Amino acid sequence: MKEKVISVTPETVVSQTLDMKKKGYRLVTLSCVELDADTLDILYHFDKDLDLMHLRLTAPKNKAVPSISSVYFASFLVENEIQDQFGIRFEGLVLDYDRTLYLEEEVRDAPCCRIAVSEEEKNKGE
Amino acid sequence: MDYLKVFITKSRIKSPWLLHFDCGSCNGCDIEVLACLTPVYDIERFGIINVGNPKHADLFLVTGTVNHRNKKVLANLVAQMPDPKVVVALGSCGLTGGVFREAYNVIGGVDKVVPVDVYVPGCPPKPEAIIDGVVTGLEKFARKKDDRP
Amino acid sequence: MARTIIPFGPQHPVFPEPLHLKLVLEDEIVKEVVPALGFVHRGLERLVEIRDFHQMIQICERVCGICSTVHAQCYCQGIEELMGVEVPDRAKFLRVIWGEISRIQSHLLWLGLFADAFGFESLFMQCWRIRERIMDINEATGGNRVIVSVNVIGGVRRDLDPDMTRWTLTQLDLVEKEVRQLEKVLLDDYTVRKRTVGKGVLTRDQALELGAAGPTLRGSGVAQDMRQLGYAAYGELSYEPVTAGDGDAYSRNRVRFLETYQAVELVREAISKLPSGEINVKVKGKPEGEVVTRVEQPRGEVMYYIKGNGSKNLDRLRIRTPTFANIPPLLSMLPGMELADVPVITLSIDPCISCTER
Repeated sequence: MKEKVISVTPETVVSQTLDMKKKGYRLVTLSCVELDADTLDILYHFDKDLDLMHLRLTAPKNKAVPSISSVYFASFLVENEIQDQFGIRFEGLVLDYDRTLYLEEEVRDAPCCRIAVSEEEKNKGE
Repeated sequence: MDYLKVFITKSRIKSPWLLHFDCGSCNGCDIEVLACLTPVYDIERFGIINVGNPKHADLFLVTGTVNHRNKKVLANLVAQMPDPKVVVALGSCGLTGGVFREAYNVIGGVDKVVPVDVYVPGCPPKPEAIIDGVVTGLEKFARKKDDRP
Repeated sequence: MARTIIPFGPQHPVFPEPLHLKLVLEDEIVKEVVPALGFVHRGLERLVEIRDFHQMIQICERVCGICSTVHAQCYCQGIEELMGVEVPDRAKFLRVIWGEISRIQSHLLWLGLFADAFGFESLFMQCWRIRERIMDINEATGGNRVIVSVNVIGGVRRDLDPDMTRWTLTQLDLVEKEVRQLEKVLLDDYTVRKRTVGKGVLTRDQALELGAAGPTLRGSGVAQDMRQLGYAAYGELSYEPVTAGDGDAYSRNRVRFLETYQAVELVREAISKLPSGEINVKVKGKPEGEVVTRVEQPRGEVMYYIKGNGSKNLDRLRIRTPTFANIPPLLSMLPGMELADVPVITLSIDPCISCTER
């Protein structure tokens, strides 16, 4: 990415976003990318007067990361979406759908909603 | 009583009321359904009225793919409609799941959940095709028996 | 009075799409709103695992049928940036032309639905009658009424010949003339003002804090529009964002109405400056790396995050659509309003649920 990217850890992510908010940045969204079987990248995208800036948080899947919804209320939707799709938990969500924002029981157990994996499992079952 | 029944069946075919439900579609088909109701195509001139209540409806237009959440809403709406009823599936997604058929939250076409009478292909189908589908549905409608006493 | 919870949706006559709101009411006044989504969720971002990066254009076009051209444009722009492809100038202008035509279409559609939300059915019919001219332009220039599949990686698929541009301009003149006839009704009519002025107020600070996008943001007085970034050919066209200051449903209506004129102007300017030359370039190689790209959809800012790994399948495609950003502002607009105003306010953000849930 050509824009500036700052690396953060689960300990500093909330204070760092608070800092961004004080500087007058608007939260665009969060993106979550699977790196390998155990780790995820969560990118926080911010915008100020059309300039983008990103925070990058690399986190293990099985550990909860702190939610930034207490700083930016708008992040609750996307954090719930990431919970749905990637199985990682956000701690301190203001409105927690508990992995039911999009998904019903039938698909919730698909490992991170991967199409390739779920098709493999279907074949195994047959 | 038979005369009354014949009369009701006949008038129902002359002025069917339709219910439209977006079942996970991309909006492409929905805006074409709405376009059918507006001045250029204007299906109201055939006595067709768009209603919001399933209990008023004779025809059910469904667009889009079925997913695990809206399948319950879809089945519920069809169950609430009085007999006889005709279900028309619109667009590639409503037929088979279209380009989204492999996505993890997609079950497939509308016929995976409720029986479908008429299939209208297209991505999205043109208003002319939708009107044609509705008319085909009406022919089926005429043959359907009224089970009510 | 005791609190009552009213479920609003998912099948509601006002919405063409299934959106579900749980409204907590005290008497007639809304106290709290909890949205319930997932009725249109398909999970199409994950289709990158089985479709290659060229086939994904067709998927991106079907994120939303109303703004499909702009979605495909955003996706192509992102892949082009990753692969270092320089798009020919003519293709850039053609992208602007089709993008703005889809904006006129979307705004007229919304103005109609909005009128329908407060029971002004003849206005709904009028807006949709005018909109059919735009659908004709789409069909004549792109080959399809709704999903105009013109964008490819490296340019556009179709060209406009001089006859076609001349005809498009005459059609647009008619559209503008007819829209002008509606101006007095949509902006000054007693009924319209009564139902929209002061409803669902979103202040400038709230809009920024809650991350609103597009006309919802500009209706609160913030002059921010992704077209200011100058993507495609917008850098060479005269463009100023339209804003309105009050942050209520009326202001958002005003912004969208005035943007319709602006879009017509932009198409005219783009056609007059249309350079000659190629319309697309051949693309070689596979995308690799990460990119964030943004364009302005009719509903606001859309952001694509694309991560490629050098193979034909992308690693990750993430789409943030404007309605997704406008739902938190909606939750702050509704409390304090009467139940009867909920449909009008909800429609005033121009909700597109298939965009939101993808």
